[in-house]
Amino acid sequence: MSRPEAHEDLPAWSLTSSEAEGIASPAAWPEQVTADWAWGEASGRGVCVCILDSGIEQGHPLVGTVEGAVAVSLGEGDEVVVEDDREGDLCGHGTACAGIIRSLAPECSLLSVRVLGAGFTGSGPALLGGLRWAIEQGVDVVNMSLSTTKRQFAGVLHELADTAYFRRTLLVASAHNMPVESYPWRFSSVISVGSHEDADPYTFFYNPRPPVEFFARGVDVEVAWLGGSSIRSTGNSFATPHIAGICALIRSKHPDLTPFQVKSVLHLTAANVRGAG
Amino acid sequence: MSERDDLTAAVAAGALPAEEQHRALLVSIVDVARAIFGARAASIFLLDEAADELVFEAVSGEGGDTLVGTRFPSSTGIAGWVLVTRQPLVIEDLSQDPRFARDVAESLGYVPRALMAVPLLHEERALGVLEVLDRVRGSRFALEEMDLLALFAGQAAVALDLLQRARRAGAVLAGSPDDLAAVARLTRALDSLEGERREAGLDLIRALEELLR
Repeated sequence: MSRPEAHEDLPAWSLTSSEAEGIASPAAWPEQVTADWAWGEASGRGVCVCILDSGIEQGHPLVGTVEGAVAVSLGEGDEVVVEDDREGDLCGHGTACAGIIRSLAPECSLLSVRVLGAGFTGSGPALLGGLRWAIEQGVDVVNMSLSTTKRQFAGVLHELADTAYFRRTLLVASAHNMPVESYPWRFSSVISVGSHEDADPYTFFYNPRPPVEFFARGVDVEVAWLGGSSIRSTGNSFATPHIAGICALIRSKHPDLTPFQVKSVLHLTAANVRGAG
Repeated sequence: MSERDDLTAAVAAGALPAEEQHRALLVSIVDVARAIFGARAASIFLLDEAADELVFEAVSGEGGDTLVGTRFPSSTGIAGWVLVTRQPLVIEDLSQDPRFARDVAESLGYVPRALMAVPLLHEERALGVLEVLDRVRGSRFALEEMDLLALFAGQAAVALDLLQRARRAGAVLAGSPDDLAAVARLTRALDSLEGERREAGLDLIRALEELLR
């Protein structure tokens, strides 16, 4: 869960002439950003990916070691409680996301934050509490294959998304294919993901017509599931960990990149963009 | 709720279709979903917010006779995940999941091979989940099927919202004084009349209104 500290002493609100040299880019950017430059040879080492979902099954062969697992619930006074998770996965979906990320970034560390199981009514506060906790831990990437339609949570979610953005935590969230307003994927500080039908896990497309920004593999994906099993599945919720895994690779090779820069790299390496170069 | 609201609800409950008709609408939605996808079964689960549980509300195909009314937790399992996260999900090879296979086999009497599940969203509320089991499929799943499922979910969500409104109005009526129930019965009786008898009924009500002023 280490994060780059290189820029912490730099000016935040203004830039004097003498300070301008201090913000020179630490590494030279290539003339053309390619997938090989962005994540070639990267393994995810040194990057922590948090999976905000139904939990992760410990010891699943397609997931491997899970560095930490917590469960978020509501206490007697409706306060958010975060404690060690001994239940594992209550659905299978969190394990599926963990397996996809592990397949792309084999050496990243995985952190499970279970926000399911607190009942439907407790699910909104658990989602917010879990996300806040993950950002406080300073994780590099948060996979959010979930959303809420409750407007009462939108404001706080928006603030949390911006906090993550400024603290260099990448939020990768599933878009909706249904005609309803939902969050947090619509926020511009979040990397939002829908599905394409291609079978290549590294192929993704930039969408020039947002709010959905990227399309990744989300159809007929073989994923880890409960009981050490694997199944085939479809949904934006499986496209999201593909982009989260690629973000982990980019971060592992270029740890200084801000969320804005990572999003720019994703744009420049998208299948429908890089071909033009 | 004010007295005026009570009266409105009572009159509405009198005029609204009965519970059975709403349930028939839900059954017709799952019947059509099953036919369109060539599926073995399709079902609608309603969220009971007070109990924080999902309830089988309508079932088409296998398990239809016994499942309606069955309850399970609202935030665990595949349906719970879909409800809480508002994300549709398609899963093949379900028999590989030992816990799901055991639980479903107990209630359905068989283990489905595949499942499509989509949340039923009306405005900002999540009302329930629509599931389609063992659809006929080609060599691989297509995103068009997901879009079709989402369209069905929109229709089912509207029907479910109407059902819940009718139930709330019915509950107000059930808990109201006799005079409200009388107004509702009058509304229902008038609504069932046609032609000359309806005209005569309306004349009678107008006369009654004059008398009561």
